[in-house]
Amino acid sequence: MNALVSFIILGILLFIPWLGVGVLGWESLFGIVIPYVCFLVFVIGLIYRIVCWAKSPVSYKIPTTCGQQKSLPWIRRSLRDRLESPFTTWEVVLRMFLEIVFFRSLFRNLRADLQGKRLIYGSAKWLWLGAILFHWSFFIILLRHIRLFTNPVPEIIQGLDYLDSFIQSFGVPPVYITDILILAGLTFLLLRRFIDSKVSYLSYGSDFFPLFLILAIVITGVLMRYSLKVDLYAVKQLTLGLATFNPVIPEGAKIGTIFYIHLFLVSTLAAYFPFSKLVHMVGVFFSPTRNMANNNRAVRHVNPWEYPVKHYTYYEYQEKFKDKMIEAGIPIDEEVQPEEEHEWYSLYIIESKLPPKIKS
Amino acid sequence: MSLPKPDELLTGVNLHKTPEKDWMDIKPELRRGMYCGIVEPHVMEDLGLPNLGKWQAYEEKWPLPENWKEIVRRAILRRMEMHRSFKLFMDICVRCGACADKCHFFLSTGDPKNMPVLRAELIRSIIKGEFSTFGKLLGKFAGARKLTEDVIKEWFYYFYQCTECRRCSVFCPYGIDTAEITIMMREILHELGIAIDWAMKPVHNSYFIGNHVGVPPQSFKENLEFLTWEFEEITGIHIDLDKYINRKGAEILFVPLSGDYFADPGIYTMLGYLVLFHYLDLDVTMSPFASEGGNFGFFNSLEVAKRLHAKIYEEAKRLKVKWILGGECGHMWRVWHQYHNTWFGPIDFLEVPKSPITGTVFEHAKSNKIVHIIEFTADLIAHNKLKLDPSRNDHLVVTFHDSCNPARALGIFEEPRFIIKHVCNNFVEMPENTIREKTFCCGSGSGLNAGENMELRQRGGFPRANTVEYVHKKYGVNQLVCICAIDRAVFPTLLEYWVPGVDVSGVHELVANALVFEGEKSRDVDLRRRPLKHPVKGVDQPTEGEEG
Repeated sequence: MNALVSFIILGILLFIPWLGVGVLGWESLFGIVIPYVCFLVFVIGLIYRIVCWAKSPVSYKIPTTCGQQKSLPWIRRSLRDRLESPFTTWEVVLRMFLEIVFFRSLFRNLRADLQGKRLIYGSAKWLWLGAILFHWSFFIILLRHIRLFTNPVPEIIQGLDYLDSFIQSFGVPPVYITDILILAGLTFLLLRRFIDSKVSYLSYGSDFFPLFLILAIVITGVLMRYSLKVDLYAVKQLTLGLATFNPVIPEGAKIGTIFYIHLFLVSTLAAYFPFSKLVHMVGVFFSPTRNMANNNRAVRHVNPWEYPVKHYTYYEYQEKFKDKMIEAGIPIDEEVQPEEEHEWYSLYIIESKLPPKIKS
Repeated sequence: MSLPKPDELLTGVNLHKTPEKDWMDIKPELRRGMYCGIVEPHVMEDLGLPNLGKWQAYEEKWPLPENWKEIVRRAILRRMEMHRSFKLFMDICVRCGACADKCHFFLSTGDPKNMPVLRAELIRSIIKGEFSTFGKLLGKFAGARKLTEDVIKEWFYYFYQCTECRRCSVFCPYGIDTAEITIMMREILHELGIAIDWAMKPVHNSYFIGNHVGVPPQSFKENLEFLTWEFEEITGIHIDLDKYINRKGAEILFVPLSGDYFADPGIYTMLGYLVLFHYLDLDVTMSPFASEGGNFGFFNSLEVAKRLHAKIYEEAKRLKVKWILGGECGHMWRVWHQYHNTWFGPIDFLEVPKSPITGTVFEHAKSNKIVHIIEFTADLIAHNKLKLDPSRNDHLVVTFHDSCNPARALGIFEEPRFIIKHVCNNFVEMPENTIREKTFCCGSGSGLNAGENMELRQRGGFPRANTVEYVHKKYGVNQLVCICAIDRAVFPTLLEYWVPGVDVSGVHELVANALVFEGEKSRDVDLRRRPLKHPVKGVDQPTEGEEG
């Protein structure tokens, strides 16, 4: 049901540029205005999200430790321990690098099965593989597109293009490896949402939608390259114009509706990005269980809103148990004085006791 | 209600079958045996915390205050502003499902709302539905829903079916930590006045009496006396207790766990600490007021947690010690390690901890001045300061349970293993995917070790018990060693149900049993009077060579 609704939405998204460009001929709207607006939404939206996260302070240092802590000097810490339970900033940086570039935690994935009265665990790296295929291919494809926005095309991008297409097919143009891999990755991630009962159960429409959308972007892109050929020269004129803030719709040339559909879907993805789960791309950098060092006892973390709390004092305690303590032969502290009423705040009950740095 | 037999408890659990209905359409059904009783109002009043009077969760209509929605909405927003963790975790989940089969409660109930991802969705959906324009617009399609009284019941039921063990956060590609979410959600429930008895009564005890179980100073001493008498009976070694209680000017303040001087089998671990102190003639003392290293407040509210532990540093100051040593405990060490320094620091009235026996400076604890007794003892053994005879533990085949929070919030993996390997000869590991950072919770942590939720506990502990059963059958393991007082309190019940024949102890019980004392007498039993494999020959029974 959720998937169906997502699919229908995608259908509508495909229909809009087909109608707008293919029938009504509004090239400027779909070639210039919408891409610009969506890109702006993407940038502003993302900044908004980042500022929003940054405004909430990191209250406590709460790394999840997956390796041996640094404690006694003779306790051996392997490289793995240092990356999974980082003590220094460098180790944290490396942990984050592995997490973001190689999806370290996902690589740990296990599968649990209940067989009669026994739980069995096995390695389950498929999700990791699918995710790596998809994300890395997406990233390389994105880099490849730089050639549409630069003139001359940087050599590194040309090199990337060359590497990606090293499998020379008989026909022209050569097949990009990433095109195949991203399709494989996306198909796996999508099928998983249908077939794995648990994942299917917890998937919302908004989990299917980005998969459908990106799949449609890939397919339209692939179609443009291999079958429904578009005028590449005209396309580059348009994209270069967009990149140099001097946008023009190439006159006379017929770019082809498929290109506008592709561009519209990409624009949609950009605009949708900051307001959806896709922000995990940026959010992962902020994750306090991953980006903090496991050195709490050596390096103090300061919480900006920390406030003094009400607590019971030894004086009150000793007053209450004095006789019993004497009887049991426990030393009494003669020097202890009743504490003056100390400053304290609370989040509970009394509004007037709310900590000063916390809004009501 | 009696619990089904172990063979029957899991009948019907299918990890690959999900309900017909969407989870949002399934009303919370509070099943007896799966949740804890509500706290008595006076407990909360004494602590200055909100409460809803006398009521129980099974009542159809909950006595929520009139403005409950407003309270909840405000509490949610406030926590998102206070903690980046909470806000971020609400935003970035992609529902990849990697966490789904990592939770011990999911593995033993098959209830989809026990998948960490759905547990978090219980609140994520409300944040979308109440505060996000898109969420309100798209509704269920985007996973948004409205706040209703049923949602509060659902929160109560499922956020008290999480033991804050952090296993899911190990596997999450973004490090989303359900423990963090559960703490926030229990805080929000607390703002409404909803709290469980088994968590808050210990808080009350710890606050006013000094420890969770409510042992007053005189009984604290009596309990320890009983242990040392017993030790003297067995070994002939007399331990003078006086200097260990409330003595000013000692070098070290030791903070024990109430579970360890309250009930079997934890008491033998407590005895282990005392025996070690005596062996070393360590200049250490304990405060009967700060006689609780654990923190039941932490399970429900960070503020309450801070209120409980303020006294540890206050007592260190009053007793004029140089640094603090803490016993073997689980969540306690998460609090001590990850929170103390921020709450109470900078701790400039204490000195950087230094072992008076070996001279080792504990550099890794130089800022908040607290050392884990496992680190302390491992250092002693590494420096050859203990005369140990591991064959005294030959009657045991030992496995080590990585308690969840020392594993995933400290990363204390090697130190306990190092000690164990020096104090006993038969040590085996449980299967690889269930130890160290992948360890399973006992199923009763975070204040859930009550009696009325026994079914929940036996289910939650099943994945752990299952691996114990594996090593019990395969290697004849008869002793589970752990470094958590809750573990020591709950494992006997758990293992008796799933794997009879496996005892539970802390590491220091084994240390004490292996320690060779000058002038000890012969014995043929261990510290809890189980027969030894090789009787110990003491001064009263000179070896033949010397006789000649």
